[in-house]
Amino acid sequence: MRTTRAAPYWLCLPALGVYALFLAAPIVSIALISFRHFEFYGGIQPGFTLENYAQVVTDSYYWEVFGRTFAIAVAVTLLCAVLGTFEAIVLHRMQGRWKSLFLLIVLGPLLISVVVRTLGWALLFGSTGLINRALLATGLFAEPIQFMYSNLGVVIALTHVLVPFVVISVWASLQRVDPAVERAAVALGAGAATIVRRIVVPLAMPGILSGSVIVFALAASAFATPAIIGGRRLKVIATAAYDEFLNTLNWPLGASLAVVLLVANVLVLVTSNRLIERRYRAVFAESAA
Amino acid sequence: MLPVGRKAPDADGAPMSFLALDGLTKAYGEHLAVDAISLAVARGEFVSLLGPSGCGKTTTLQMIAGFVEPTAGAVTMNGRDLLAIPAAKRGLGIVFQNYALFPHMTVAENVAFGLEMRGVARAERTQRVGEVLALVGLAGLFERHPAQLSGGQQQRVALARALVIRPDLLLLDEPLSNLDAKLREEMQVELRRIQRAVGITTLMVTHDQAEALALSDRVVVMQAGRIEQDAEPLTAYEHPATGFVCDFLGKANLFIIEALAADGVATVGPLSIALPPGLAKAARTGDRLLVRPEKIAFGTQGAAALPAKVAARVFQGNHWLYQLDSALGPTLVIRQNDGGPCPAEGAQVYLTWRPDDMRAVPAAAANAAS
Repeated sequence: MRTTRAAPYWLCLPALGVYALFLAAPIVSIALISFRHFEFYGGIQPGFTLENYAQVVTDSYYWEVFGRTFAIAVAVTLLCAVLGTFEAIVLHRMQGRWKSLFLLIVLGPLLISVVVRTLGWALLFGSTGLINRALLATGLFAEPIQFMYSNLGVVIALTHVLVPFVVISVWASLQRVDPAVERAAVALGAGAATIVRRIVVPLAMPGILSGSVIVFALAASAFATPAIIGGRRLKVIATAAYDEFLNTLNWPLGASLAVVLLVANVLVLVTSNRLIERRYRAVFAESAA
Repeated sequence: MLPVGRKAPDADGAPMSFLALDGLTKAYGEHLAVDAISLAVARGEFVSLLGPSGCGKTTTLQMIAGFVEPTAGAVTMNGRDLLAIPAAKRGLGIVFQNYALFPHMTVAENVAFGLEMRGVARAERTQRVGEVLALVGLAGLFERHPAQLSGGQQQRVALARALVIRPDLLLLDEPLSNLDAKLREEMQVELRRIQRAVGITTLMVTHDQAEALALSDRVVVMQAGRIEQDAEPLTAYEHPATGFVCDFLGKANLFIIEALAADGVATVGPLSIALPPGLAKAARTGDRLLVRPEKIAFGTQGAAALPAKVAARVFQGNHWLYQLDSALGPTLVIRQNDGGPCPAEGAQVYLTWRPDDMRAVPAAAANAAS
């Protein structure tokens, strides 16, 4: 009996080892560095200090960076939720070959590096890029729109990068819905728009919410897209931390930025998950039979 | 075997059909899922479409509901062409096999949905939802979500949701197939009570012969897209029109009539059986003689008794099911567990039955069924 009861734990060891080595160890070392003092001519000093966190919390520069990061993340999340839900519902309605083709088109970008996709946007966004030329050609715009190095550009590019996560998660929700449920609504006299509004979107809501949580976490911690489209001036937390590490070489300050971002992200994730679970407990309860 | 509507009294006594299918056909490529079926249902009648999976019964129901476009044929309800009306405007009450309740809505919201779509005012909505939930025996569960209900309760919600819009026609798609045996029997009684109380014309699709026989005013047995027989349950069971029907409804023993003399004496294996005059006239040499297992008794040795050996004996609580080997091949006998003799496996027995309990089934049809 002893061996059989212990066996599952032993079998978990390899996976636990991998996690300890590749996930826990780097995070713990970052957390440890964030409590060290930094000397401009002496590098990282031994000892324990909260001065880095004090600087992050009191310096209005970092307030601005945090504000921008979360504003971008919220905007991207909202856009992704709306677009991704719409895409997933349209995909769900498609038949056979078209369905597979368009699913591939929607999810295909995930197979390409974020850097490549973002550089693609950089080409399109330039003042003489395809988008601005087209907008000027319509005659509705007198001068090119500033996409590069602007919040607008970062939001558009990040939305494109992250929208597949909402599509996948809404798609998964819709797959679980009995097709007869929509028929039942039709038989009761509901039109197409009513069915989407009253039946399909509410049933997809767990997927919309969990997809949005993923998108928010990824948008708030995104590095490549804000770095390329936002450039050096338009900093978000991830790029600010990067600069502290590699330009100023102030590792402790960069580490404390990273830790604050991680904690904020974890808080958002855990709270929203708890809210989602509480909201949908009744809907997905085990049958009382 | 032309379908004939049950005769409801009309002004001039002519049969009056409320729902009529006329040559309804659905083809998928070369395959005819439903092959030109015609059917008439009278107002208030409970009709079952009964058959194995793939016989076209569900496709027929979906064409009436408007979810499948017929290839040919017509459906009229109350004199109106139903096919010209989109599914959302047909106003039919439908109970789906898996109930298809809206999982994100409470019981009351589920039932009220159809009324909302019809623009019924809130006060009347609340009142009608309350009435119909009382009718199906669910008062007090208004605020539950479907996932918090048992299978039987979900079934009742589905029925309430279909009935609350006061449809002219109720369509039931395998309504009891997801319930366990005991609950299914309870719900059969309930379903019949509610259907009678509301007096609604009902068309049910099922593969369960017991359900069809128990609930319906009329059963329509289907096979390969066609109607095999359209009759009242007792008639279909006692006088199956084809070998398929006698096989599908209950259990059957089919013996070949090897010769039929002019005086009505049939040679069946070692037996010479004097057929009743009516049967003698209807039967042909080569036809199958149908004897239901429950009509066979254990008798004494004699000219009309079929000698057999008990191969297996299965106890089923209220009855025994015997599998016997006789000169006519494997033979089934069902005897009530009424304290009478119950021969053991290996025992020699003599099987007897009343001449009136025999039926003739055409050979071609009997072959088609096997």
